[in-house]
Amino acid sequence: MLFQAILFYIFSVVLIGAALGVVFSRNPVHAVMFLVLTFFQSAMLWLLAEVEFLAIVLVLVYVGAVMVLFLFVVMMLDINVEAIQRGLTRYAPLSIVVALLMAVELVQLIWLRSGTDIGSGTFAVNPEGYSNTKALGAVLYTEHVYAFEIAAVILLLAIVAAITLTMRKRPGLKVQNISAQVAVRAEDRLRVVKMDAEKKQ
Amino acid sequence: MIGLQHYLTLSAMLFVLSIAGIVINRRNLILLLMCIELMLLAVNFNFIAFSRHLGDETGQVFVFFILTVAAAEAAIGLAILVVLFRNRRSINVQELNTMKG
Repeated sequence: MLFQAILFYIFSVVLIGAALGVVFSRNPVHAVMFLVLTFFQSAMLWLLAEVEFLAIVLVLVYVGAVMVLFLFVVMMLDINVEAIQRGLTRYAPLSIVVALLMAVELVQLIWLRSGTDIGSGTFAVNPEGYSNTKALGAVLYTEHVYAFEIAAVILLLAIVAAITLTMRKRPGLKVQNISAQVAVRAEDRLRVVKMDAEKKQ
Repeated sequence: MIGLQHYLTLSAMLFVLSIAGIVINRRNLILLLMCIELMLLAVNFNFIAFSRHLGDETGQVFVFFILTVAAAEAAIGLAILVVLFRNRRSINVQELNTMKG
């Protein structure tokens, strides 16, 4: 238990530090790397909370795919000029005050009710032989199967939207007209001519 | 003993930090997208903490769907960003004031 608490505090400190790095770093590439660290630490914390499947999904999908996508875009766009002139806006002091107020109030709200109906605040103890992945699958594919299918459609939508947004029509590009190719019939192109056999002179 | 309240506190701090990041960074659109991702992560922390506290997997299913939607959102957002950069040669938020919003 003590070891888990120590791990929790180490991971949390790194997580908050990395999040600060995302917000305040001047270079967008550094910000993306800090974001990767943030997600990785979150995955560690989720593992600590015994949510193994989602922790691995977070690493594989988020760090592996989404963050690499961010990194691609950051490196593809030539925004070094922007990075130099990045700075804080005139709203920065006010927003920091508001954020601090919100943080204090939220934390106070959370700890005010300790020992009452948010409960003892401990996590449920999983029974012997409990598999998080199995339990999640059992709910996901039965009770929430329609939502699961909608999620698939949303991903398809994202693919279609991203491709249509970024596709450029280049003039003078030689492409096949597939539908015309498929729709062609033999009698349009081939003419059979009836004629007598000719004698060799 | 690490429990619900520790995780909720962590998620609150993450959430507040990302809100501050959105208001502070008005120079770079990519930073705004990243802060939105952080905010969704804080929400996921809440879902997971309560799901583990109540011993109910539905919260984790929700996290699964939030991850899906966030991935779709990132893909579309970055596509819009690329088109924007192609047209304007800039992703500075303060220059994107054509709509006078």
